Amino acid sequence: MNNEQTAWERVANMLRARSLWMLYYCTGCGAIELPPTMTARFDMERFGIGPMATPRQADILLVTGYLSTKTLRRVIYSYEQMQAPKYIVGFGSCTINGGIYYDSYATINRLDLYVPVDLYLAGCMPRPEAIVNGFKNLMDKIDQGEATGWKDYEANYEWYRKNQIDALGEVYIHDEFHE
Amino acid sequence: MIITILSAIALLILAFAYTVTLEGIARKIEARIHRRCGPPFWQNFIDIFKSLTKHSISHGFIFDFGVLMALGGTIATVLFIPAGNLVVFPGLDNVFVIIYLLAIGLLGMAMSAVGSGNPNASIGIGRALTQMLGYELPFMIVLLGVFFHFRTSSLSELAVLQNSGGTYNVLIMPIGAVVGFVSLMGMLGKKPFDTFIAPAEIASGPLVEYSGKYLGLLMTQHAFGTFIEIGLFVNLFLGGGKTIWEFLLKFFLVYFLAVIISSIMPRFRVEQAVKFYWKWPLILSFIQVVIVVFIMGRRV
Repeated sequence: MNNEQTAWERVANMLRARSLWMLYYCTGCGAIELPPTMTARFDMERFGIGPMATPRQADILLVTGYLSTKTLRRVIYSYEQMQAPKYIVGFGSCTINGGIYYDSYATINRLDLYVPVDLYLAGCMPRPEAIVNGFKNLMDKIDQGEATGWKDYEANYEWYRKNQIDALGEVYIHDEFHE
Repeated sequence: MIITILSAIALLILAFAYTVTLEGIARKIEARIHRRCGPPFWQNFIDIFKSLTKHSISHGFIFDFGVLMALGGTIATVLFIPAGNLVVFPGLDNVFVIIYLLAIGLLGMAMSAVGSGNPNASIGIGRALTQMLGYELPFMIVLLGVFFHFRTSSLSELAVLQNSGGTYNVLIMPIGAVVGFVSLMGMLGKKPFDTFIAPAEIASGPLVEYSGKYLGLLMTQHAFGTFIEIGLFVNLFLGGGKTIWEFLLKFFLVYFLAVIISSIMPRFRVEQAVKFYWKWPLILSFIQVVIVVFIMGRRV
């Protein structure tokens, strides 16, 4: 990985690390750990992390929990709508190895075959402490210019695309508002 | 000429820096009301500058042009707001000029958001314009009472007259000031009148398709818009300020009041908001105008 940063990139990465807007894609039970993380007890906003309503404005795509073949398609569509630099956080064991339903015909076991994951939060479920710790790690990675999943996705698009099509059959990336 | 340009630049920098700082402080205040720690007060600067570093996607010419029109119209309007003794165009800051110029910014925003083609944006714009019908009516009626009393509609002249008279409009026309404040909450889009933003309901409404640099520009525009709306209220009802510091202090107090009211309120639906505005504030504004016209009369 190339860690050479220009002065402009250093400033930009410093800003990006301190203001993270997340779009949480609540596919499974993981979302239940987010309200305590965001509200008074653990208060994620003090790090500049906050929820955002739409993929266009968001920086982080938080995939919380199980991915079925149906939801993976929507995750890919949401990710394609986000604007670079964008980061994906895989939340919980189920995005790493499929969790306890790993042998189901409809479960996606490894998220990072289909989209580039910058950070995994292991656990079933990860506690709010683990989430805050994970986000601090992500902030450090962004600050040092190491969170480059979106560049990998552009560079290795063919490979990701092949995996997506193998799993889903067909993936239409299109702009439904201007057709 | 040179002085005009310099004071214009000074006013723009002041408006941006002060309003964005206050927005950050507002997040802190809201967090303290929730018993949280809250982000640092410079968080909004980071948010805006980070947005400007991101990549962004366009949805066509109207989308791009509307953003520039919104930002340009709003910046042009800021120049007409007298901030204490910092008045860029003395004698030209008529309230009607400000209200017309402000509409350019709003219409640019509306055009751009509808140009994105997203249905949530259209719903948000529809709600924003509907709510505008609601709050403008009582606000304008109160303004007519103020103009009648002072025989002028120049904003800086109104501020000077209040200061030389020794009392502020908030004391001699308290009902009108309350109506003005309720209308101000609607203009700012603070709860309970934030129907057109409504992140959990229509995915932040007009802003739904803006990404990266567009969002950064619109956040800047929003900061300038806040400065105009609160500046209008401060000059109309609190006598502006003899110095710029007095103006900024009053500005902070009004904004603080709006923030603490907003942080404990739920959200109206849009028809409830309009129904509310056309009921109580409208009745109160008529009462205020009747008092001004038939009892107080014109000011010498």
